[in-house]
Amino acid sequence: MSEPRNTTRPSIGRPGISRAAEGLAKTIIIISGWTAIALLGAIAAYLFIESRSAISEVGLWSMISGELWYPTSKTAQYGFLPSETGTLWVAIVALMLCVPVGVASAVYISEFADKRIKDVYKSVIEFMAGIPSVVLGLIGLSLLAPWVRTTFGLDTGLTAFAAGLMVGVMCLPTIISIAEDALHAVPSELRMGSLALGNTRWQTTYRVTIPAASSGIFAAIMLGMGRAIGETMVVLMLAGNSGIIPNTPFLPARTLPGTIAGELGEVVRGGQHYSVLFAMGLVLFMVTFVINLAADSVLERQRRRWRR
Amino acid sequence: MVTNPTGSFDLENVSVAYGSETAVAGVSMHIVPQSVTALIGPSGCGKSTLLRCLNRMNDELGNVKVEGSIRFDGLDIMDNRLLDPVDLRRRVGQVFQKPNPFPMSIYDNVAYGPKTHGTRAKAELDAVVEQALKRAALWNEVKDQLKKHAFELSGGQQQRLCIARALATMPEVLLMDEPASALDPISSQQIEDTIAELKKSVTIVIVTHNMQQAARISDRTAFMLRESMDRPAGLIEIGDTRVMFTNPGDKRTESYITGRFG
Amino acid sequence: MSRSSRARKAEALAKTLLGMAALLALSAALGFIGYIFYRGAGYVDWAFLTQAPRKFMTEGGIYPVIVGTVYLTVWTALFALPVGIMAGIYLSEYAPRTVTTRIMRLAIANMAGVPSIVYGLFGVALFVIQMGFNRSIVAGALTLACMTLPVIITSTEEALRQIPTDLRHASLALGATKLRTIRKVILPVAGPGIITGSILGLSRAAGETAPILFTAVAFFAPIASGPLDETMALPYHLYIMATQSTKPAPNMVWGTAFVLVAGISMLNVVVAIWRSAQRRKIRW
Ligand SMILES: Nc1ncnc2c1ncn2[C@@H]1O[C@H](COP(=O)(O)OP(=O)(O)O)[C@@H](O)[C@H]1O
Ligand SMILES: [Mg+2]
Repeated sequence: MSEPRNTTRPSIGRPGISRAAEGLAKTIIIISGWTAIALLGAIAAYLFIESRSAISEVGLWSMISGELWYPTSKTAQYGFLPSETGTLWVAIVALMLCVPVGVASAVYISEFADKRIKDVYKSVIEFMAGIPSVVLGLIGLSLLAPWVRTTFGLDTGLTAFAAGLMVGVMCLPTIISIAEDALHAVPSELRMGSLALGNTRWQTTYRVTIPAASSGIFAAIMLGMGRAIGETMVVLMLAGNSGIIPNTPFLPARTLPGTIAGELGEVVRGGQHYSVLFAMGLVLFMVTFVINLAADSVLERQRRRWRR
Repeated sequence: MVTNPTGSFDLENVSVAYGSETAVAGVSMHIVPQSVTALIGPSGCGKSTLLRCLNRMNDELGNVKVEGSIRFDGLDIMDNRLLDPVDLRRRVGQVFQKPNPFPMSIYDNVAYGPKTHGTRAKAELDAVVEQALKRAALWNEVKDQLKKHAFELSGGQQQRLCIARALATMPEVLLMDEPASALDPISSQQIEDTIAELKKSVTIVIVTHNMQQAARISDRTAFMLRESMDRPAGLIEIGDTRVMFTNPGDKRTESYITGRFG
Repeated sequence: MSRSSRARKAEALAKTLLGMAALLALSAALGFIGYIFYRGAGYVDWAFLTQAPRKFMTEGGIYPVIVGTVYLTVWTALFALPVGIMAGIYLSEYAPRTVTTRIMRLAIANMAGVPSIVYGLFGVALFVIQMGFNRSIVAGALTLACMTLPVIITSTEEALRQIPTDLRHASLALGATKLRTIRKVILPVAGPGIITGSILGLSRAAGETAPILFTAVAFFAPIASGPLDETMALPYHLYIMATQSTKPAPNMVWGTAFVLVAGISMLNVVVAIWRSAQRRKIRW
């Protein structure tokens, strides 16, 4: 049998053109890698540029702390407080719904449900996250608002409370999936150790597993809050969009995103009202940015802790 | 016959560091072409690390620094201008510890290397694939099912497929890192037979845990050792396998080998 | 004895309560879908899907609206997929593990949390005004693409990370370049995961309203003849129908909601089935 000999090997070395193509492709890939950072920077920059005239003419602080929102009157007033208060009410109501339900659901499927149920459950929840917010707004209009009106004896069901409930439902997938991840990441030796000491599953869960996952659960709640603050369509459709500062959640209210979405279509491009709405967007962006950053650093620390 | 066998390596004072920790230091050795050189030594003594120097796969691990001189047929492989690692690897193939076929058909696995290096014609590829599978002693088992997915083969067949895949680029050297350790004894024997056949045409450097295996298949044996955890591992000695196993020059080699033989 | 029986009772109670919470979340998800189907399915027939609206949008169908959403989504994919997939490849295959990549990941995670209305503002400032696209499919799709990018990057990176390092090494050891390894070995294996994640991200983009509110849509527009035209779109149409008309026509409102939800659901289901079929094909 004749073995192949190595002497007839063609000359070694890739052609220069393939090296050049490789280099070009690598450059494009690296540039793409930077787009996320570039985009985030661009978003901040454009919000700032467009709100510059509002900041210099009205003043950032007087917008943030202003109590009156009369953007179209002759002596226009651009106070964000009505929107900020409304945003706060919506977020509070939403969190009161989605934190207990979301965390409890996460604990249940992570610690008590068997694998098959868990898989199905997670895909249904992921599916839920995909329901467009405008559809939830519609359901809120047709079911939730009338229910809120009759149950609480209000003039209108379109209130921060109704919007908050729906937003709370919207935040459930975020909280459930991130809290579940956090619980899942807890090493099973910790649970085994506790079970071996004669603790029940539930004792193990609240004495060992939940404390071990607490920072991840906390991050889940923060991300849920970020979503609640930033949600637009549901509040635009359900909150009632009143211009006054609501002192209970059972009044019509407006939120920061709702105000922007409701009014940007009617303003003169480049005018003061337009610029003020961008300033509002800038405030919203900064608030959610800080929340996301904090949540992410908590998650990162947790990730490091379980990695050995 | 060939007048000038190719596929030799000359290492001089080679050391490898992972990050700040030097794993292997001061290795100098000559690897004889068209023979089987076995790298033996306790686990963690840097056998795989040293093996990866020969095809510069350490580059792919990130944060690895290789120093010293490594010549492949006289050519300094540490110098990218002389020999790109990508070109080097075509001439120095590797078989890994765990069979790692690509998730594609048997045929496509073997044809991957030649296609990478520019072979396009179907007839030519067919011939290369057949020849490589024959050299890896897998042809008879798979010749009627070349379109079958590689994952459907047994572990031993997968490993021989990986050997065929490496052979298809016509390498002068084949590096094997414990190629039989994940396999059953029968598959392991088949791999050994393949190696015995292959060494007529390629240089083989094989890492093995198994002393008997080293004794059976290799012409030369290199013994590596990390004597204490705060010092890097090094080469203790290298020489003719028969001599190493019957009359080692170094006490440490002797105690390792006899310890292993029981 | 009594202590452990108390513990067992507590466990049973806790399990019941937690299970009820889980059930509540689940029934909200299923209930909403069911309600939309219940209210909307009856209005949707072939004519509804293939005819233009008539009589001030109280009769006829929503064909141009559907087409508008399809256009927007396709253009979004064209913009977001190449960049997003390459960025994912960069993070998984090229990026060194340094502070820079940590910051990149942070930026991506953060982008996912930016409110959709803020993307809308950004789109107005950059795409509509500065780049001069006006209200158009391109401006809307670019805005949606920015929003979808983090989803695509993350799912690409995750899909690539699932691939054993061994496989990369096998290709590199054969003398393949990194780029060839990615093209011929990594991407074919990771493809299903990348596509699944991307389609889910795009299906969310298709349902978004706030980002296109001021960048792409109009209450009424004929079917776009090019990407620089404005368009109608399902989510916006639904919003307008549900809130702005004095007497919302139920067929338009619920029929549109049904089409939107059914479209997204179908996409999700098809992708899930395809994905699990692909998974079965390649087992490690
Ligand atoms: N990728 C790596 N990163 C860091 N350290 C490594 C890596 N690979 C091997 N090492 C270290 O280098 C030393 C030698 O390892 P190795 O070459 O795998 O030994 P062997 O193959 O002889 O068992 C060990 O101490 C190991 O911990
Ligand atoms: Mg090893």
